[in-house]
Amino acid sequence: MKPKVAFFDFTSCEGCQLDVLNLTGEELLDLLDGIEIVNFREAISNRSDDYDIAFIEGSISREAEIPRLQKIRSQAKVLVSLGACACIGGVNCLKNHLHMEEALKIVYGDAAKYYDTIPARPIHAVVPVDFYVRGCPPQTAEFVNVVKALLLGKKPDIPNFPVCTECKMAGNICVFERGMTCVGPVTRAGCNAICVTGGRRCWGCRGLVDEPNVDSEKEILKKYGLTPEQVLEKFKIYNSYAEVKK
Amino acid sequence: MTQVKVDVHYVTRIEGHGNLILDAKDGKIEKLLWEVPESPRFFEAMLIGRHYDDVHHIASRICGICSIAHTTASIQATEAAFGVKLSEQSLLLRKLLFDAEMLESHVLHTLFLIAPDFLGVPSVIPLAATHKDVVVMALRMKRLAYNLAEAIAQRKTHPLSCVVGGFVKTPDAGELKALKQRLVDCLNDLDVETSIFKTLKIPDFIRETEYIALKDTKEYAWISGQIASSDQAAVPINDYLGVTNEFCVPTSTAKYAKNKRDSYMVGALSRFNLNSKQLSPRARKVAKEVGLNAPNYNPYMISVAQLVETYHVVEDAISIIDQLLERGIKEETPKVKPRAGRGVGAVEAPRGILFHDYTYNADGIITRANCIIPTNQNHNNIQKDLEALVPKILNKPQPEIQQMMEMLVRAYDPCVSCSTHALKVTFK
Repeated sequence: MKPKVAFFDFTSCEGCQLDVLNLTGEELLDLLDGIEIVNFREAISNRSDDYDIAFIEGSISREAEIPRLQKIRSQAKVLVSLGACACIGGVNCLKNHLHMEEALKIVYGDAAKYYDTIPARPIHAVVPVDFYVRGCPPQTAEFVNVVKALLLGKKPDIPNFPVCTECKMAGNICVFERGMTCVGPVTRAGCNAICVTGGRRCWGCRGLVDEPNVDSEKEILKKYGLTPEQVLEKFKIYNSYAEVKK
Repeated sequence: MTQVKVDVHYVTRIEGHGNLILDAKDGKIEKLLWEVPESPRFFEAMLIGRHYDDVHHIASRICGICSIAHTTASIQATEAAFGVKLSEQSLLLRKLLFDAEMLESHVLHTLFLIAPDFLGVPSVIPLAATHKDVVVMALRMKRLAYNLAEAIAQRKTHPLSCVVGGFVKTPDAGELKALKQRLVDCLNDLDVETSIFKTLKIPDFIRETEYIALKDTKEYAWISGQIASSDQAAVPINDYLGVTNEFCVPTSTAKYAKNKRDSYMVGALSRFNLNSKQLSPRARKVAKEVGLNAPNYNPYMISVAQLVETYHVVEDAISIIDQLLERGIKEETPKVKPRAGRGVGAVEAPRGILFHDYTYNADGIITRANCIIPTNQNHNNIQKDLEALVPKILNKPQPEIQQMMEMLVRAYDPCVSCSTHALKVTFK
């Protein structure tokens, strides 16, 4: 019996699901050999409540989303958070820093009273999560690796070292040397430092490594004359849920 | 007494969440609604206080499917506010990147989301067994679009190297050459798609409405020009609020828009109706072959217009690569000097005209933001189409009614997760 896989989306841009579809014909057919996709609203019309593995995209930002997620958790044997919004809260949590009434008014004006919204949070803040496919958006290869590991009953192998390691291997000039702030030193690798390679900096979309080397980060900041606040401001774009919790 | 009850909670094969509700008794419609219960995401509020260099990075996250459109509209709004002049090379790269997204989005919509309706299957997955060649071909075209975007901006979903003032990284000439060949080959794949489309029976439904799209005197407009309409003379993009006129309706959920009539349409069919003379030669030829002539008032033809546009963007991409290779690609450093002021960026996202409107202070910190997405502008038109369509098909069996309603919504290729401010929730 092929394991039944379901995809669900909550508050998100749905880019993660889209990138999951970015497979070659061979890869897709291989994948469909190993699993049966029973729920994928963005791409298929069938729906089923019978599934083994649930991939969840998006954060939770409305009351109504909580029971829906709890129901999915009770159905699924394995629940995987897909992408930054699901894994760490992502950009959705930027709104948590705003005065909610004010935010509603900015966006909706007088119609603000119609909108149900709660502070955004990652999936694991509501239900237990078994595995994480990180990033905004996640790397397709990492998604495929996680699926393969799940099929083999193995724990997926996700790096637990900072982006800097991969960035150096990619041969990039350090972002700090280019006069910008970067959160690569404390962010979990696995992205091959794609943002720095693309000429930008790391924003921390994969979340913190398990034991960030805070002293070393402080040293870097001192060396380049930066304050922790300046870096936190950048880190907040994806990680304000973690930051607010502290 | 005959009763028809349609309640589709979350229409599938669309991006984002939308519901369809129909209640009819004895041929009388009691309730007919297109609802959008997407979670509010507050992008306009979240942008306030951010430095301009982070603004398009965050704005891109409004939508994963049209992140290049959002990034481009965002960057152009900031550039307009600062008075940034773009180099010729950067403009070409920006257009090429745009072509990549249009190719991917149109292939996704026409072959993965729409085609299953006509082939009588619930999704592309059964097609992998019955129409393997077509699925492999569609994935090949999608992969080409991804690779093209990756060559220019490292990534298609949430592109990286495009910034305010240009590009922080330039593509490799050899890579572009190889991509050009694949684009040429892609035209053959598109011919196969066209032959499939010729066999599909597009529902015959006509409702004339107002058609709105960008229009540029020089070319089929994607990222430049003025706001054109079938009902009025073109206006500058800075005057967009006078066209969109967003309003809330208590019986529905999303913000609606209207201009000269009850509602208007944006997207591929609007663009085709207003700009078809500027399409590439092959796109024009295919339009004739598939029976698409301007003006066309059948919303189910939106997908056909997307197919025609796909030829155009592929030919446009080939021509841009030729120009870039002929000029020679140089490393450039974007030059940006923030200044206080307001700027509007308007582009044609795959689903229609998109506006970002920002106000900055002298330090380049954003103080006000407004984004109006295409799907919001279409909601009202979808509702009006349903009101015109359903009475005509009410005598059909219920599953067929539901199918026709779903197909209508899907034709618009709605992208409701672009919900900067499209949504509902509880009406008290």
